[in-house]
Amino acid sequence: MDFIHIEGVSKAYADHHVLNDLTLDIHKGECFTLLGPSGCGKTVLLRLIAGFEVPDAGKLYIDETLVADPAERLNVPPENRAIGVVFQDYAVWPHMTVFENIAYPLKIAKRPKEEIEQRVMEMVDLVAMGGLEKRYPSELSGGQQQRVALARALVAKPNLLLLDEPIANLDANLREEMRFEIKELQRKLGVTVLYVTHDQEIGLAISDRVAIMNDKGIIQQIGTPYEIFEQPVNPFVFNFMGIANFLAARLDGGRYLAGTGSQEIPWQPPENSGGVVDWVAGFRPSDVKISRAAEPGKTLKGVIRRANFLGAMMDYLVEIDGTTLRTNLETHLAISENLLFKAGDECYISFLDLHWFEAEKLKGAILE
Amino acid sequence: MASESEYVRLVNVTKRFGDVTAVDNLSYNIGKGECFSMLGPSGCGKTTTLRMVAGFEDLSEGEVWVGDNLLSSPKKNHYLPPEKRNFGMVFQAFAVWPHLSVYENVAFPLRIRNLEAGEIDRRTTDALRATNLLKTKDESPDFLSGGGKQRVALARALAINPDVMLLDEPLSSLDPHLREEMRFEIKDLQQKYGFSIIYVTHDQSEAMALSDRILVMKLGVVQQIDTPLNIYNHPANKFVFSFIGLSNFLTVGNDGGKAAVAGGCSIPAHWAVPDDLKGEGTLSLASRPSEIDFVANDEPESIKGVVTRKAYLGEIIDYQLKIGEQLMRVQKGRRAPGPEVGDTAAIKLLRPFWYREKE
Amino acid sequence: MNSTVKNSSSFGVAQVILFISIAILVIVVAFPVLLIFFNAVWVEDHFEFANALKVLWEEEEIFQALMNSLIIAGGTTVGSTIVGTFFAWLVTRTDLPYKSFMKSMFLVPFMLPSFIGALAWKMLLSPNAGFINRFFIENFGFEGPIFNVYTYWGISAVEVMYLFPFVFIQVCGALERMDPTLEESARISGAGLFTITRKITIPLVLPSILSGALLIMLYSMAHFGTVAVLGIENGIYNIPTLIYERIHQSAGSFASIRTGTILATVLVISAALIIWAQRKILGSGHYQIIGGKSFRPMELKLRGLRWPLLIFCFLYIGFTIILPTVVIFLVGGLSTYGLPFTPENLSLDNYKFILFDFQVTKDAIFNSVWLGFTAAIITMFAGVMISYVIVKMNVRGKGILEFLGMLPFSVPGSVIALGVILAWSGQFGVNLYNTVWIILVAYIARYMAFSLKANSAALEQVHDSLVEAARSCGATMWQSLRDIVIPLVRPGMLAAFFLIFLPALRELTVSIMLYAPTTRTIGVAIYTLNEDGETVMSAALAGIALIIIVVGQTIINKLTKKEGE
Repeated sequence: MDFIHIEGVSKAYADHHVLNDLTLDIHKGECFTLLGPSGCGKTVLLRLIAGFEVPDAGKLYIDETLVADPAERLNVPPENRAIGVVFQDYAVWPHMTVFENIAYPLKIAKRPKEEIEQRVMEMVDLVAMGGLEKRYPSELSGGQQQRVALARALVAKPNLLLLDEPIANLDANLREEMRFEIKELQRKLGVTVLYVTHDQEIGLAISDRVAIMNDKGIIQQIGTPYEIFEQPVNPFVFNFMGIANFLAARLDGGRYLAGTGSQEIPWQPPENSGGVVDWVAGFRPSDVKISRAAEPGKTLKGVIRRANFLGAMMDYLVEIDGTTLRTNLETHLAISENLLFKAGDECYISFLDLHWFEAEKLKGAILE
Repeated sequence: MASESEYVRLVNVTKRFGDVTAVDNLSYNIGKGECFSMLGPSGCGKTTTLRMVAGFEDLSEGEVWVGDNLLSSPKKNHYLPPEKRNFGMVFQAFAVWPHLSVYENVAFPLRIRNLEAGEIDRRTTDALRATNLLKTKDESPDFLSGGGKQRVALARALAINPDVMLLDEPLSSLDPHLREEMRFEIKDLQQKYGFSIIYVTHDQSEAMALSDRILVMKLGVVQQIDTPLNIYNHPANKFVFSFIGLSNFLTVGNDGGKAAVAGGCSIPAHWAVPDDLKGEGTLSLASRPSEIDFVANDEPESIKGVVTRKAYLGEIIDYQLKIGEQLMRVQKGRRAPGPEVGDTAAIKLLRPFWYREKE
Repeated sequence: MNSTVKNSSSFGVAQVILFISIAILVIVVAFPVLLIFFNAVWVEDHFEFANALKVLWEEEEIFQALMNSLIIAGGTTVGSTIVGTFFAWLVTRTDLPYKSFMKSMFLVPFMLPSFIGALAWKMLLSPNAGFINRFFIENFGFEGPIFNVYTYWGISAVEVMYLFPFVFIQVCGALERMDPTLEESARISGAGLFTITRKITIPLVLPSILSGALLIMLYSMAHFGTVAVLGIENGIYNIPTLIYERIHQSAGSFASIRTGTILATVLVISAALIIWAQRKILGSGHYQIIGGKSFRPMELKLRGLRWPLLIFCFLYIGFTIILPTVVIFLVGGLSTYGLPFTPENLSLDNYKFILFDFQVTKDAIFNSVWLGFTAAIITMFAGVMISYVIVKMNVRGKGILEFLGMLPFSVPGSVIALGVILAWSGQFGVNLYNTVWIILVAYIARYMAFSLKANSAALEQVHDSLVEAARSCGATMWQSLRDIVIPLVRPGMLAAFFLIFLPALRELTVSIMLYAPTTRTIGVAIYTLNEDGETVMSAALAGIALIIIVVGQTIINKLTKKEGE
């Protein structure tokens, strides 16, 4: 059995079904990310694993021990599950110093004083808070408070660390720094991590495996970051995992034509046994090439509608026969390769990769 | 007579709060119909400057002119209150009045001017149409989204058809995707109405995308005033370089133009140290993570480092290299080949910049 | 991993706490109030709704009391709203000198018991004997009093002096929190400062103004002290004073109790209506006016009016705070009331006498301190428990408690007093009448609202994740309560304690209905001494009460400041 085994778990609040018959396994020692839009139930799942909530049905095992089984009226309280939890709002106790915060789990476990002292100082150093252990949380920045929360969650050497959007409240630079620190800590301590977030970039950056959940609480795909990004199983995953571009296309006389015009999409056509007419070609900004010269049979002709200089990036809105797409290009390349377009310029587009989606099915998958 | 290209003029503007100089001897001109941004970190004095132009702050020294009208001059003991300056202004926190309907918010500046009813209605409706608010004109702005509220603020500022629009971080309270949309809307409105914009922001890409010219400010002192492309191509100093995008700074020992990283490799002569910096003992070699290529290990025009981290971020792969004792970031597209953690890799800076180590 | 498996069984504990909480509120508040309703409409053995209305409408004196309550409350509310809003605007939006000092001075009347103020004004402005009236008659040849305080105007004016801070503090808060760019954007639109004040600022803080005004309305309708001191002599009764008069005169006859319950019912219904209106205003109409970067708000330059307005403020403070206080202390030092204030007539003898020798006042001080302390402790703990259930716990039946928790807010003091008489005078097996315990029960009921407010505010600050973090650290529910929740709500509990202790020291409305010869409180002693013509003793005791209150308030301010740091 895997380290965490979730079997057919359901949870509803009043009439609102958040999780329905959900099954999921997390391996020992891995960093597993549960990724989904806000309100999708990912936090509920984390709270079920932590024991803050009780499932309506299903079984939940941690480390081969059954911790929740409503059918048997069994629910191990959170304090007996040997877990560490870090919350989005830090949840460091304002009336305790950094030291007291981190020492609390050991004090509850009635460890001897010297051991507490030594373990806490180890953790303080590990999260780079040396010298600040006598401070109160109100004297710390958000990032420092979250480091305290991390240290407190890890000090009792839990087997499982649950992270609920721990860096969502920090500013962008700090977020980037902290996500590498969390990854580093996980590697050093070998703890199993379940990370819950709606930020796909964090999910990709730190995880060994990622599960993508849709807004109805159903897991869409589980895989390594590379698999999720490069081989999305459906339009939802494709759209959720990064900037997605969509180019409308239609089936006309056996050919797939862009927008309302007559240019054929220079890419292998979709498998289309049903004769569906309306299609959408999805691709990443990095999958599109823009140039000034046409290559017959390989490019689509378009017009630059908007040219946006964003500093290191040039951002173009290109219209191709009534359908538009966005693409961007590093400014230094645009300058050196004469690709600095202005609005109104003609351009030619080709693709490195395309995902075909039926227009009908896409509508439901894209969250506005 | 003020010329078209010098419509708004700030002359030696200084603002002191007690001992702190918030804005230090700032001078610039803004042309008619120009979009001019003041860019800098929080506390750099950009908002104080805008508030001095608006008339909410007194000047300690200097003058502010619009066209041939002097607005503020402490020396001449002249001060025109904000309500007489005929500016449009949009604030970060929307500042729309919840006790008035959308329509009444927009009509307010016209009613204050005692225009006749027909005129008020015509111009209010115009401004509401231009900002796509006609449908919600009778609602309270409290029921609108952040983007909707900011549109009301824009329409209210537009209603009097001002020559100059003052925008104080108007997009930073909005969601990222809305921010972009609103940016285009502001630009479109400017094209339609032809007003000048003074735009305050801390977001470099916003400033780059919107502006004809940008002023970069730090601690009340001007760092650079130029077009976005020129600022990107020639950042005037280390601060400007670091503020307009992700950046690496490598501290480098310099001996009359021959530079070397402490504890390791020398810098290729190709990445020439500019003449005016040749006398400095240590220099900063600046680069952007996305403007670095991995090259073959025997490539002479490169420096070498060990890969200490590699993170797959989807569109890009983020590398961290250790060069001597210093860390450097490299970002490559997901399709570009790259080394693995532990490898020794040679990198070529596509656009190396040299700055003084301390400024 | 700890493999002890435990069935989910914390239901029991939660249910017990809920039950105790409900029981406290039912016994202390709900039961007495229900008894009032019941007695108001139950005559002998059947319901008589029509008769209750008839009593209200047809008994001249009762109907008049009803009208008087409305007239006085109306006048007080309008006056306080104008005064409070004006001063709030003055100290937050203008360049008036010494603004922060002025702000703290305008909050002083909060501390002062209004019936002591009324006493002082009686000494100053009673038609024949008032010092000011006499001064004008003797020196300027006035035929009669220049101002008779024994009128609607006089009563309302005195109440305004002590109640306007309710509006003042609400409006100050709203003006200080308001995003300055709301006003700046009006300015850049071309509006001058007076236009902005009229069209933007005042409308935006209107919900706060109205909510403060309703609070004053609620307070004034049910207010006993001022009307008792200034009105009764001239035959002006409001609802609480009439209830007192009837019950006091008839020594608790059935008819008087019934009249009292009918009047009390009217009070409860009006209070409920006022609170409902207030919630509605605060809930739906409260604009989101907070936000953004904070700059100093614009200040209206008063220019030529700057010094005149400052002098006006000083005069107001001198006239409404200092003058009455000084009069109280001076009269308290006179050997006989009516003598001029010359050094040979003034001494500290009265003060010594009431502190050390006079049994009535010594008892009163002891009773008030004991009652205040005990009520504050009990109410504080009960309030924490009830607030905890309401704010933090998720148990079935919580809705009942939430409803009961609203009750203390809408039950005025005189109603509570009447209710505890009905409940604890022996009809239900317990007779506390004429003992100090009945006053204690009434105090607990009266001040429960304060405790619930302070404690639930403190508990709402304790986010669930703080407790959950403790649980995930291995702490049980009780351990996390002990280590996390209690330490974090301690400031709220302390605040609740003082919010109860200090007002209880000067309480009059409830105690006056319940006291027995040996269970007088400070308020009752001051009032009865004055009624008995012992004016100088009454004033001396009032002076001592003022000292205790000011010292106590200073201690709280120090303490709460420390806790806040």
